[in-house]
Amino acid sequence: MKRLLVLEDGSIYEGRAIGSDNFKVGELIFNTSIAGYQEVFTDLASAGEIVVMTYPLIGNCGINRDDYESISPSVFGIVIKDECQKPSNWRCQESLEDFLQREDIPGICDVDTRALVAKLTTSGTMKATFANIDEDIEEVIKKLQTAKAEKLVSKVASDKSFSIPGEGKRVVIIDFGVKLSILREMSRKGFDLIVLPYDIDAKTVMSFVPDAVFLSNGPGDPRDLSSSIETVRELLNKTVIFGVGLGCDILALAGGAKVSKMHVGHHGNHPVLNKKDGRVIITNQNHAYEIDPDSLNATELQITHTALNDGSIEGIAHKRYKAFGVEFYPDTNTLSHTLYDDFKMMIEKENQDA
Amino acid sequence: MPKREDIKKILVIGSGPIIIGQAAEFDYAGTQACQSLKEEGYEVILINSNPATIMTDTTVADKVYIEPINLDFAKRIIYKERPDAILGSLGGQTGLNLVVALSKDGILDEYGVEVLGTDLHAISKAEDRELFRSLMQEIGEPIPQSKIIYSVEDAVDYCKTLGYPVVVRPAYTLGGTGGGFADNEEQLRTICEAGLKISPVHQCLIEQSIAGYKEIEYEVIRDNNDNAIVVCNMENVDPVGIHTGDSIVVAPVQTLTAKEANMLREASLKIIRALKICGGCNVQLALDPQSDKYYVIEVNPRVSRSSALASKATGYPIAKISAKLALGLTLDEIKNPVTKTTFACFEPNVDYVVTKFPRFPFDKFPNGDRRLGTQMKATGEVMSIGRNFEESLLKAVRSLEMKVDHLASPELENYDAEALRELILEHDDRRMFAIAEWLRKGLDIREVYKMTKMDMFFLEHIAYIIELEKMMKDNIGDVEALKQLKKRGFADSYIARNWHMSANDIYKLRKANNIMPVYKMVDTCAGEYQSATPYFYSTYEQENESKVSDNQKIIVLGSGPIRIGQGVEFDYATVHCVNTIRELGYEAIIINNNPETVSTDFAISDKLYFEPLTTEDVMHVVELEKPLGVIVQFGGQTAINLADSLVENGVRILGTNLDSIDKAEDRHEFEDMLKKLNIPQPEGETAITVDEALLIAGRIGYPVLVRPSYVLGGRAMEIVQNDHELSHYMQNAVKEISHDAPILIDKYIVGKELEVDAISDGQDVYIPGVMEHIERAGVHSGDSISVYPTQTISQEVKNTIIDYTLKIGKGFNFIGLYNIQFIVDRHDFVYVLEVNPRSSRTVPFLSKITGVEMANVATKAALGISLKEQGYTTGYHEENKNRVYVKAPVFSFAKLRSVDTVLGPEMKSTGEAMGSDVNLEKALYKALIASGVSISTHGNVLMTIAGNDKQEALAIAKRFANIGYGIYATDGTASVFEQNGLHVHIANKIDQGEKDNVIDIIRQGRVNFVVNTMSSKEKTHLDGFLIRRVAAENNISCMTSLDTAAALVSVLEAMSFSMISMNELGNKSC
Repeated sequence: MKRLLVLEDGSIYEGRAIGSDNFKVGELIFNTSIAGYQEVFTDLASAGEIVVMTYPLIGNCGINRDDYESISPSVFGIVIKDECQKPSNWRCQESLEDFLQREDIPGICDVDTRALVAKLTTSGTMKATFANIDEDIEEVIKKLQTAKAEKLVSKVASDKSFSIPGEGKRVVIIDFGVKLSILREMSRKGFDLIVLPYDIDAKTVMSFVPDAVFLSNGPGDPRDLSSSIETVRELLNKTVIFGVGLGCDILALAGGAKVSKMHVGHHGNHPVLNKKDGRVIITNQNHAYEIDPDSLNATELQITHTALNDGSIEGIAHKRYKAFGVEFYPDTNTLSHTLYDDFKMMIEKENQDA
Repeated sequence: MPKREDIKKILVIGSGPIIIGQAAEFDYAGTQACQSLKEEGYEVILINSNPATIMTDTTVADKVYIEPINLDFAKRIIYKERPDAILGSLGGQTGLNLVVALSKDGILDEYGVEVLGTDLHAISKAEDRELFRSLMQEIGEPIPQSKIIYSVEDAVDYCKTLGYPVVVRPAYTLGGTGGGFADNEEQLRTICEAGLKISPVHQCLIEQSIAGYKEIEYEVIRDNNDNAIVVCNMENVDPVGIHTGDSIVVAPVQTLTAKEANMLREASLKIIRALKICGGCNVQLALDPQSDKYYVIEVNPRVSRSSALASKATGYPIAKISAKLALGLTLDEIKNPVTKTTFACFEPNVDYVVTKFPRFPFDKFPNGDRRLGTQMKATGEVMSIGRNFEESLLKAVRSLEMKVDHLASPELENYDAEALRELILEHDDRRMFAIAEWLRKGLDIREVYKMTKMDMFFLEHIAYIIELEKMMKDNIGDVEALKQLKKRGFADSYIARNWHMSANDIYKLRKANNIMPVYKMVDTCAGEYQSATPYFYSTYEQENESKVSDNQKIIVLGSGPIRIGQGVEFDYATVHCVNTIRELGYEAIIINNNPETVSTDFAISDKLYFEPLTTEDVMHVVELEKPLGVIVQFGGQTAINLADSLVENGVRILGTNLDSIDKAEDRHEFEDMLKKLNIPQPEGETAITVDEALLIAGRIGYPVLVRPSYVLGGRAMEIVQNDHELSHYMQNAVKEISHDAPILIDKYIVGKELEVDAISDGQDVYIPGVMEHIERAGVHSGDSISVYPTQTISQEVKNTIIDYTLKIGKGFNFIGLYNIQFIVDRHDFVYVLEVNPRSSRTVPFLSKITGVEMANVATKAALGISLKEQGYTTGYHEENKNRVYVKAPVFSFAKLRSVDTVLGPEMKSTGEAMGSDVNLEKALYKALIASGVSISTHGNVLMTIAGNDKQEALAIAKRFANIGYGIYATDGTASVFEQNGLHVHIANKIDQGEKDNVIDIIRQGRVNFVVNTMSSKEKTHLDGFLIRRVAAENNISCMTSLDTAAALVSVLEAMSFSMISMNELGNKSC
């Protein structure tokens, strides 16, 4: 069955329908990851987005039970070039199509994704949605132009508090849509985890007597989360803080910096320069907002990491408090992995000092 | 870190002649490295014995030494040049080995020469089995377990702990004979028992079997600041067990989840860091398809064939960057040469599928062992790029030039299931075609998986191609069907055959319905950043990215995959042609599909289209670019063969036009033309049937030379002695050759062969040189030792040759390069054997030694700049008599089992080496050494000589004896020698017992050389074949032409002192 992808600027791409027909208006972004489509589609930071995969062959290994980054994937749609209908991998449980149907995610394939990327890099990300071939396109475009941004974190992040017990230091995770691989990695490090909803107040956080607070990744505009920003501001002098992705932006905002929307964002693999040792880390990223470097001047935040290619800020640390954050995911390779160890060390040092 | 200022002069080591396993990829890597060093302001000194390369152009390095790559000659260069540093990691295994040898020798310390790039300690850790094993254990990376055993019981005990299956590898056996897989104790006992017996040292290696594991490669690069990145990962479609050079390889990896890919990525980075590699490195891993268990198979601590592929597959120039890292720069300081906006410290993101398909030489070696295994057999490869796997695969298949345009081989059409099963099970090089045929017959796909362990992903995609074939047949003429087929990479010609239309009809149908390809850019970043890389591939999608400029453009066709008969020489000419076109202010556009070469480096041309060289694919580019014309004369037979159909499609061929090409290539037109010019050629005619052939041969008399018309490198060419052999040839060779091309039957003339390359502009003809072959006519010119200037022919003969060359150039109205083969008989009568209206194998050699840049001059001529305007007048380039240049062929026989090494009219060499010095013997010595012959001033020679040759061989044997060589000979030969006063050790024939037989003598290394000739009667005789094979596999030079043997003796004589008594001298004087 044919299907259309309609963009805010009125351009239309025709392809073959995959997945469900639960058409929503989403932010059209592209992701350059070659492997790892399952992680991208299930990452809650992708909520509200319609993701164009630049690698053309998607679904080769199907979907397995282990590689989910969330329990309820919330991506608004996917755009791919070539759908693999007969996946092959020893862990494969279902095909991409079955997954999309089951999770009620719409998609489109046989699209010139490279042409789409060219459009997005020129004009920046824009809103898009799917449409049936016989739909009134004028109406669809009007819908796109009038659509308001949704408050995504409140939709996708857990509104319950829960614990993932461990033997080690206690870390409170403020959940904006935390990646499961972060929880997995934190558990492996032995942390005693308490996951709290995004709109929690500082007092409640401190009532768990945490050794540290972790600000998770998540979707959407961090500037919308004023209560969370306030909470973090209050926590700054009280405990060790580590933020990732959206969590890093929240930390920046709490520290007084400004955050703005990027032209196309960073979705996929990006080299990052660690200013401390001058070495480059290849990182996995999924963020659409960045910290405004000029705004740091008036704050006590300093830059620890920058993107090698466009120079944007990828990591900050507080000059006075034990708080730091990175825009990229620390869970992909050995070098960015060490951030968990940095975190752990910082917690231990804090405890000694205290 | 800024680049090193304390070093100024760098010695770079090339990889030498092209052999299987070390081919044009090192010309690409070496050229990039030299340019990269020069770019940074260093003085570059190069040593490389291969004259056919771009790398040995005097413009690539400040000083180029075309000398043998060994300790002796490298030391001489160090004495003379006093370099500050040496770089060997870009010259393949040859380069690395030489650096290690130089270091061991002590000369590097003595002269203060620093080793750049990866240090030698790291290299030995990667290359030494035991050191590597302990390093892997240290860093916790798994490797397959193994143990050396000396008894069956040892083996059984070991396997009790190791488990099954295991591989048994007997030590020091020919090509790994006697080994095998054991699934249980019983099998282990049988194989071990046999293996221990076969092994001369009674030793076997028992190794944990990882056959059937996925073979995954990571191309990684690291700088001295410990930044390390993955440039590309690649997946072998064939699982572990088939050499990666012989495997079909896709990039990026297709069947791994991110978790698996990350696991292997981390392992690779851990290894490159542990080894402290500086520069590119290749890590091969084996991954269990049913778990996340993996093993590290091998690490190559240098650039390699895989890195060339990875560079072309991603656009990331590994060799170029590696050279800069060797200078102390770090990855984050170097700009990404593709985007020019981002840095080299990143992992390329691709948005297409790359397929590499190997090219095998079995069309030339039909008797070769076609089963693939751990020894590489492919001579070259093609690469293709598509936006889906089917497209990528089918484009690769039609790039191969194996007379197939689809994953369907006419040869296999009539194979039954059993025959196909055998090809698939035995890892025959045709297995992909066999798998397609199997599925086409509706046989079970799961069985293919069981037989091959190829991932179902790949098999399902092949099955989809078969499904589309059915759809195609059910929807003849349907536009929607056509659209779908084109998207999946089907060729017009294939659809046309199935739709009973002409390819042109399909093309018109497409054009009418706007089913035309677009071109996408290879930009290392999946479109994320602005790039201006002029590197494109076709696909059927929406947006075309190849912007056509207003410049005047010229398209140059490359020569496709490297194969015997069409080697790197043609890439050399292609690159020179492109350089000249750019110099003249035109836009130069290359179409080629060989990832190993310099011509497919996107920095060479204004635009590179990485495409199959077929009429359809070339026409698409022509239609888009609308060039002034297309140049076909530099891309070997590949490009020449396209001339016809391009002209039919209205394309202008620049340089020699189609008429003139046909005059040279069509037998009858050629004959008529030579008659008109009054130039003699050996008598001959064409035949289609056996009877015709017999009649012709009867008339002109045996021996006759038979070959199909339109040949490449003497394919299927033979000297035939009688009716019986002729009928056999006609019945067997004709099948292989296309039916509309008849067989040529020529009088075979015994005499000297000479070769000329010349340039004509239609008015004037310039002849840079005449080369003389050491071997008499009958040995393919590509396999002959070639000498310049000529040594034995008279001025009169040379004048005749020059005269004929001028007449042919003008008479055929050639514009550009052409090549002529001559034969001079005993009465100094000159015949023309053949004329090639294109660049030839000898063009780089002759260009370099005469200083006439032939491809450049010819390109200018083709673009309308006359020779006069270029400063050349009709005539012969003055010879420099003070130096002699020798080009010697290099063979890869040790790697091609069951291939007869005897030289004949069919070309067998894979590469060439050059030697030059003040006299013939010194030049020959260098050329032979450089081509891999080991020459020692004393030793033994084994001679087994055919009846007719015995008297001639006697003279050679005497010369060997005079310089103190011991002579071994089989009884017939021995008796002739002994009757003439030579001392001979008798070598038993093979059936005369196991001990001291010829094979035994060769294997034990008791002789330094073997001279073996055969008469036609003995052609099928097994003894001669075995002698030649055993010599090849033991790396002992076996000469099958007495001319080569005589040349060798003259070298040995020049190095030795002759031992002749005064009495003998006295005898002579009276």
